[in-house]
Amino acid sequence: MNMHNAGDLGAKAKEVLAGLDGRELGNKDRMALPVQDMPCQDPLDRARNMEEVALGYAEAQARIEAARCLQCKNAPCVSGCPVSIDIPGFIAQVAKGDYHAAADVIRKTNLLPAICGRVCPQEKQCQAPCTLGKALKGVDKAVQIGRLERFVADRERAAGGAPMPRVAAPTGKRVAVIGAGPAGLTVAADVRREGHEVVIFEAFQKPGGVMVYGIPEFRLPKAIVREEAEKLERMGVSFELNYLVGRTRPLSALLEEDGFDAAFVGVGAGLPKFMGIPGENLVGVFSANEYLTRANLMRAWDRERAATPIYPSRRVAVLGGGNVAMDSARMALRLGADEVHVLYRRTRDEMPARAEEVAHAIEEGIVFDFLASPTEVLGDEKGAVRGLRVMSYELGEPDASGRRSPVAIDGSEHDVPYDTVIVAVGNESNPLLAKTTPGLAVDRKGHVLVDESQKSSLDGVWAGGDIVLGAATVILAMGEGRRAAAAINEYLRAKD
Amino acid sequence: MNKIVSKARLSDEVFRIEVEAPNIARERKAGQFVIVQTDTEWGERVPLTIADADPHRGTVTLIFQTVGVSTHRLAELEPGQSIEAMLGPLGNPTHIERFGHAVCVGGGIGVAPMHPIAQALKQAGNKVTIIIGARTKDLVILEDEMRAIADELIVVTDDGSYGRKALVTEPLKELCGAETPPDIVVAIGPPVMMKFCAEATRPFGVRTLASLNTIMIDGTGMCGGCRVSVGGQTKFVCVDGPEFDAHQVDWDGMLLRLRAYKSQEDAAHKALHDGGQCRLDAMADDARKKAEAEGGSR
Repeated sequence: MNMHNAGDLGAKAKEVLAGLDGRELGNKDRMALPVQDMPCQDPLDRARNMEEVALGYAEAQARIEAARCLQCKNAPCVSGCPVSIDIPGFIAQVAKGDYHAAADVIRKTNLLPAICGRVCPQEKQCQAPCTLGKALKGVDKAVQIGRLERFVADRERAAGGAPMPRVAAPTGKRVAVIGAGPAGLTVAADVRREGHEVVIFEAFQKPGGVMVYGIPEFRLPKAIVREEAEKLERMGVSFELNYLVGRTRPLSALLEEDGFDAAFVGVGAGLPKFMGIPGENLVGVFSANEYLTRANLMRAWDRERAATPIYPSRRVAVLGGGNVAMDSARMALRLGADEVHVLYRRTRDEMPARAEEVAHAIEEGIVFDFLASPTEVLGDEKGAVRGLRVMSYELGEPDASGRRSPVAIDGSEHDVPYDTVIVAVGNESNPLLAKTTPGLAVDRKGHVLVDESQKSSLDGVWAGGDIVLGAATVILAMGEGRRAAAAINEYLRAKD
Repeated sequence: MNKIVSKARLSDEVFRIEVEAPNIARERKAGQFVIVQTDTEWGERVPLTIADADPHRGTVTLIFQTVGVSTHRLAELEPGQSIEAMLGPLGNPTHIERFGHAVCVGGGIGVAPMHPIAQALKQAGNKVTIIIGARTKDLVILEDEMRAIADELIVVTDDGSYGRKALVTEPLKELCGAETPPDIVVAIGPPVMMKFCAEATRPFGVRTLASLNTIMIDGTGMCGGCRVSVGGQTKFVCVDGPEFDAHQVDWDGMLLRLRAYKSQEDAAHKALHDGGQCRLDAMADDARKKAEAEGGSR
């Protein structure tokens, strides 16, 4: 049975809304309103298709959810948002039913609400400090800000999309944006609005970065990413696809010879990390990056049409506990695996993945093996994976950070049969740009060093997103992009 | 979009195309490769080595063998048509210096990427010996081009239909056993050939490089599909390579990984030919018939 049937949830919300009868609500009334669940595809259906899992609020649901907001004067939610959206402001508009005005409020600080509403870890950001959630003793009882943001953005998309941002008169200045991911797209929009010419250089054949190669269609429809890129094109931003700055052309040449006045480096995450255990180069062991890129960007899920093959898997082990691990596990299921396990060394509480994704994965039948981590990938005589040797853990005494760290249980090793292992334990930084750009300072791990305005050690070069932060989120990358764009605009003004 | 300006069929399975790619033509150095995609919606990203480039014309030359569906699609394109996407140059350039005596071993299609490396080694003042190996006479490519560079050129075929009947490792061993052995050997070709080149030079302690062509998707250091164990450490061919110390490469592990999608590739390839979808088959048949009608032999 689907607990999150769109029709049921919508009908129930209508009833509740009718019961309110338009009367003025006090805080007590607001607190008594039911949290609106996200309508979803049935778990058994969706585990075998690539369509979006979460379907979005019905209008009545959005109105009720917005009515739950207490409109706190101090707005703790805003401080939890990496781009400081005026959250009570937009929610007040939703409560009134003026979705247009709500979209205008969001747009002042967030250019990609349809994306953020879907992929932000709200329970760790805006919804974490929500007064209502605190009062009701559960972050899951907080106002569902992300769902409302998505509702507003989707309404606007359905009505033909956001109005084109005004682009100022040409300044004659040129900005190179390297990488068409969330950071780069944000920079491009903000810099272009000032009238500067913007060229985005992207190594892949499509813009979007992690939003096209990493995050699956069932969580973020690619049409949304495409719309955002098209909007930038209509603003006059140009894309140079299949262009790897550092190889196709050095960064220094863009600045010194090609007439770019400034550059933003947003090249994203790099080399996938592996566990460093024996057997990791066996056939059937994949980095999550590879697995997801095949499935998403190369569209290997469509076996009839895609030329890129995907490994035929029956029993899959995914190593890791973040969003990428969830995406990999759920993708493997959709690609036809019989059984998918997620192995995580700690417990559910410590998992860094977005809460909704973990819940969705469990509903879909992903098996979670907590307090478990492999010590070896076992291979057969053909060099293919036949299983994992798994060590069990228990939570030990709290360490200096107060977290109880996992301790291996002696003698607990046991072998479990698998034919596929997907490693989702994070990324190292990509060494390419630093290697080919003299003077670009990076830290010990290869992340580009920046100041508070995202400026790098090189004049005229800013950086942001995962190449600065390590593995982070779409919204943090956008936040850095906005900061960098403001600094670039300032720099170009001063250059006159 | 990268327009094909010329095309030649070097043998049934081997094609040479010259493609407009001014940025790549300007930046590429010996040892680097590109990734091509004939169809950016559904196509595969295929890594191919660069055989030559002309920065003035703004073109690069690719020589490739039709081994799967994607290379077939590429071979079907005619001059005037375009490859939808081409990314490069990728990988680290070959480290070129004046080593003294350099031996370049190119097997099959591996002769193509060897061409710019041999050129660069010659320009750096090395004595260059080139060994070209092929299964049979028809598959010997770039002989004239290599002869123009080499101080000495040795051609071997497996079946003895041309040059010396031998595997490339035989003349390679002879060279290594000579009074003054080579200072460096560079081997490019099928993985098995590179493995045996490594074994051939190992006892002589002659430094040997091999250029690896592993499974790869992005080619920019993101996917990790190209990883290979070198000296016990995991390396990424796209950003750490493509050239590695051949004596340190885990060849058996690499050979196994190359076969990861073998069954799917074979099925797709078979469907292409059996389904009569392959225009190249028809073209080759026509050419053969024409040649027979003219009384010539290939």
